[in-house]
Amino acid sequence: MLSLYLPGASPVHRAPAGLKLAVLAALGVGLFLVSRVEVVAGALAAVLAVGLAVARLPGRALWAQVRPVWIWLAALFVVHLLVTGPLPGAVAVLRLLTLVLAAAVVTATTRVTALVAVVEWLVQPLRLVGVRPARVGLVVAMTLRFIPLLAERAARIREAQTARGAERVRLGLLVPLVISVLQLAHTLSEALDARGADDTPARPLRRAAGSVGPA
Amino acid sequence: MRWGRRAAATAPAETLPRTAVELRDVTHAYGDRTVLSSISLTLTEPRVGVIGGNGSGKSTFARLLNGLVLPSSGTVLVDGLDTRSRAREVRRRVGFVFQDPDAQIVHPTVAEDLAFGPTNQGVAPAEIDRRVDDVLVRYGLDGHRDHPAHLLSGGQKQLLAIAGVLVMRPERIVFDEPTTLLDLANTRRVARVIDELEQDVVVVTHHLDLLAGFDRVLVFEDGRVAADGSPAETVPWYVARIS
Repeated sequence: MLSLYLPGASPVHRAPAGLKLAVLAALGVGLFLVSRVEVVAGALAAVLAVGLAVARLPGRALWAQVRPVWIWLAALFVVHLLVTGPLPGAVAVLRLLTLVLAAAVVTATTRVTALVAVVEWLVQPLRLVGVRPARVGLVVAMTLRFIPLLAERAARIREAQTARGAERVRLGLLVPLVISVLQLAHTLSEALDARGADDTPARPLRRAAGSVGPA
Repeated sequence: MRWGRRAAATAPAETLPRTAVELRDVTHAYGDRTVLSSISLTLTEPRVGVIGGNGSGKSTFARLLNGLVLPSSGTVLVDGLDTRSRAREVRRRVGFVFQDPDAQIVHPTVAEDLAFGPTNQGVAPAEIDRRVDDVLVRYGLDGHRDHPAHLLSGGQKQLLAIAGVLVMRPERIVFDEPTTLLDLANTRRVARVIDELEQDVVVVTHHLDLLAGFDRVLVFEDGRVAADGSPAETVPWYVARIS
């Protein structure tokens, strides 16, 4: 989700983000209501078909999402093999694999702006208690934007400390990183002001398909 | 070194109105530390440079010009609008480009970040898309439209930061050391971009070459304007002063 969007014009790309997230949520619930391996395997095949054939996503993009979790899936299967048997193990692994791939299809075919717009819509009821949905959406977008940046800054600090002889950097990373984050936050608040984040459009604006503008 | 001007190649169709920024006896302090003392001046020139040592007050001066920082005493007026009471209107007229583009880019992908400012201004989505497409092509970022912003090079990030301000259509743009973090090639590229802007610009910089074609240069020293004149007058004076 941090950088997984792959532009395209497939029906999956054009589908509303809210619908895709709703299907993903329904799939997550549905998969845990069934325990027949052929049903779960069928769901996996369907997700792969949607991702590869309909959305025309490259296989490596989907594999990139599975790669970080495959070791855990393998470990889960081994535990099930020892405790409950091979069939429940296969069902459990296939469920999680299906959900990981479905989430990958959603994030690869949906702009962050569209996902944020869904979040803003979902939190609309919170207006009653004074929450501004646009602010919540901005926080979500900024979180996605700044996770890699903070990881990069942490890596720089780690390198600087290692270069100065610190072999095992653990807690020593925390203080300079917090200071760096506070400095970044200060400049960021100025940048948000400069870019009109506190301005509110006079009325909600309609958004065209594929637009990067407001929802 | 002097960068040639090619304003006609990229200028918007309509001619932008010229802005006037006026500081009346402005002093600014952070707690007990006074960083600017009794500054009174008017900026009407299209190209204004600001130079001076670290801690001389340049960045605070720049932030005063669009209301990011409010004066402790005195008044800053942009086209007659007081930054203290009309900050939002002032910020619509005066854009700001920060030294570190990473602190200015708030959305994960390039096109989405470009849309952020005009969205806040309430610009219609179709017009936002048109502006975004325009700056993407203008700055050679059209191949990066949906790319994650954090994977751009330093130069591309600074171009994205500048483009993110331009899509808001300000009349004047303040740059706070826009080339400090860039290599020579990207410094020249950003300098060309600034040179080609139709908007009035105020550029705070340590790269004196950047100021060759400027109309006016202010030299800051200990929170005061120590010299004020053309680049030909002020830059050699400043260089001699620090030598």
